Amino acid sequence: MEFLYASEILLNGLMAGVMYSLVALGFVLIYKASGVFNYAQGVMALFAAMTLVGIMEGRVPFAHLINATFGVHVSSFGWTVPGLFAIALTALIMVGLAIAIEKLVLKHLVGQEPIILFMATIGLAWFLEGLGDVMWGADVKVLDVGLPQGISETVETATNNWLGYGFFIDRLDIWATLIAAVLVAALVGFSQYTKQGRAMRAVADDHQAALSVGISLRFIWIMVWSIAGFVALVAGIMWGTKSGVQFSLSLIALKALPVLMLGGFTSIPGAIVGGLIIGMGEKLFEYFVGPMVGGATENWFAYVLALLFLVFRPQGLFGERIIERV
Amino acid sequence: MFYREAGDFKTSYRDDGQTFPIRLDRWGYYAILAVAFLVVPLVIDSYWANAVLVPFLIYAIAAIGLNILTGYAGQVSLGTGGFMAVGAYAVYKLMTAFPGVPIVIHVLLAGAITAVVGMLFGLPSLRIKGFYLAVATLAAQFFLVWLFNKVPWFYNYSASGQINAPERTMFGWAVTGPATTASAKYLVCLCFAVALAWVARNLTRGSVGRKWMAIRDMDIAAEIIGVNPLTAKLSAFAVSSFFVGIAGALLFAVYLGAAEASEAFGINKSFLILFMVIIGGLGSIFGSFAGAAFLVLLPVFLKNVLVAQFGWPTDLAAHIELMIVGALIVFFLIVEPHGLARLWALTKEKLRLWPFPH
Repeated sequence: MEFLYASEILLNGLMAGVMYSLVALGFVLIYKASGVFNYAQGVMALFAAMTLVGIMEGRVPFAHLINATFGVHVSSFGWTVPGLFAIALTALIMVGLAIAIEKLVLKHLVGQEPIILFMATIGLAWFLEGLGDVMWGADVKVLDVGLPQGISETVETATNNWLGYGFFIDRLDIWATLIAAVLVAALVGFSQYTKQGRAMRAVADDHQAALSVGISLRFIWIMVWSIAGFVALVAGIMWGTKSGVQFSLSLIALKALPVLMLGGFTSIPGAIVGGLIIGMGEKLFEYFVGPMVGGATENWFAYVLALLFLVFRPQGLFGERIIERV
Repeated sequence: MFYREAGDFKTSYRDDGQTFPIRLDRWGYYAILAVAFLVVPLVIDSYWANAVLVPFLIYAIAAIGLNILTGYAGQVSLGTGGFMAVGAYAVYKLMTAFPGVPIVIHVLLAGAITAVVGMLFGLPSLRIKGFYLAVATLAAQFFLVWLFNKVPWFYNYSASGQINAPERTMFGWAVTGPATTASAKYLVCLCFAVALAWVARNLTRGSVGRKWMAIRDMDIAAEIIGVNPLTAKLSAFAVSSFFVGIAGALLFAVYLGAAEASEAFGINKSFLILFMVIIGGLGSIFGSFAGAAFLVLLPVFLKNVLVAQFGWPTDLAAHIELMIVGALIVFFLIVEPHGLARLWALTKEKLRLWPFPH
């Protein structure tokens, strides 16, 4: 029984890990193609989810600001938009955002040190967070695009018959795992087998060489940030459905950081394996060690694990070896 | 015209190497110090002390600390909030355990304890670099805040989980606790800020500071010319944490009076202080003050203009503040990576030649 309970926790941890991997993937993509460590990925997920809810419910953007400036009381257009159409619109907005970021920020920071770019994305994260709040309001929003939720009874009865112990598994987690798997496969396929994907990898390998064979750096960057925006949208839908669209959603980015450190910044498999290890590790640690030290170990376990791991292997599990020359 | 060097002769190497080589500049600083010490304490009221001056001085100390680590030694840290929490809880434990000892000694000891903790978390910097390290310092942030929330010994088993500063006096004046006057708070923070700025300025000018800068500019090359990366990096972490710890101790004991680890020292505090350093200017003591002043004054300004003048709701003003700060960070990183300090230096250059353009 104890063992079965532990394995249920393990399973739940693995599925939480898939969600971390999903966010981490957005990081890896941008890092590989442009050397930018995008701290704003989590806020992009929040922004995407907010926009999606805003469009679906027909809210007026900047309603708060308009009301305060002109002394009127507008809140919504009075229509609702079906889920799939709203998702498509949001995806378009994320592409627009990618273009804006490239034009206003990245273009001017070419050739800067990675750490400067990292700090710029922290600024970007604050800006986007403020923008999202001003546009759609800071209230907690319910997001429902029709994904199934709640305890899966099939799994519970099946495991009950088979093992004598019913596993509690959220149907949303199962769907999230499936969607994440499809997304990962699609991304890997894209980067391996399409022309744009190859161009992306070329840019990642060597900016200068890629430019000299006629690859447009700016197009690749816009493309990559759009893909990252799309991944953020998917992550935002999953997490938003699970726990409501609110500020804490942007904190999943903070969870994805140790995932990346563990897996290595440049590796897509690293992001997946890292996510699984962290998701599994923190749930098990909380279960076995948590009660002894007062609980809530999930706040720091991932970081301390990644920190200790990095001391012994600075490039992460699958990262490229860091070679330094003077 | 305003910054004339003509007639400003130097006859010794000592004169040549002083901190403020231009006489007018030097006198300007003396004048500011005189006003800060002699005039402001007499006219200060509790609004100015609590909304502007005391937080400005405390954040300036923290910003100098982070600037030493990030601006001078090149090690980006996102764990500042956690280290401030160490300072706050250390001073709390010391104040309650040894009530007879003067508070200044407690604050300095709290800084020393933070320095030790900072060195401990700085150890990985020998192996990992850049943003790997930046992310690794988040471990300090989350772990320390969690520790102070979960271990009752740190908050003396109080029911609320908060820490409250007991009243302590200096020369018969209350400097902590509810009876503290605005000018007492202000003067304590001012003394610490001035003394620490002086220490930081001279450390960064000397051999220690030059070692830090060598590590920042190119660590492998620095190692080859004989800078020991171990001592350089760890001393940067120690000195920086010492400053940050003192800022945390003052923030809790003098300014807030009561604190709760996850609220007062959360990750947003780390970012706020990093932003002060970026906006003020990486690698500049003056910049730390300028950045702290800017980010302390901005919310006050927005609140006065947007909320009081236009009658906008407070939350909207807060969101717009987020947008402005975020945009400014990107702006400064793109246009002027050396921040307000560089803008001020450029202004001085222009004023020295004014009214002639070249």
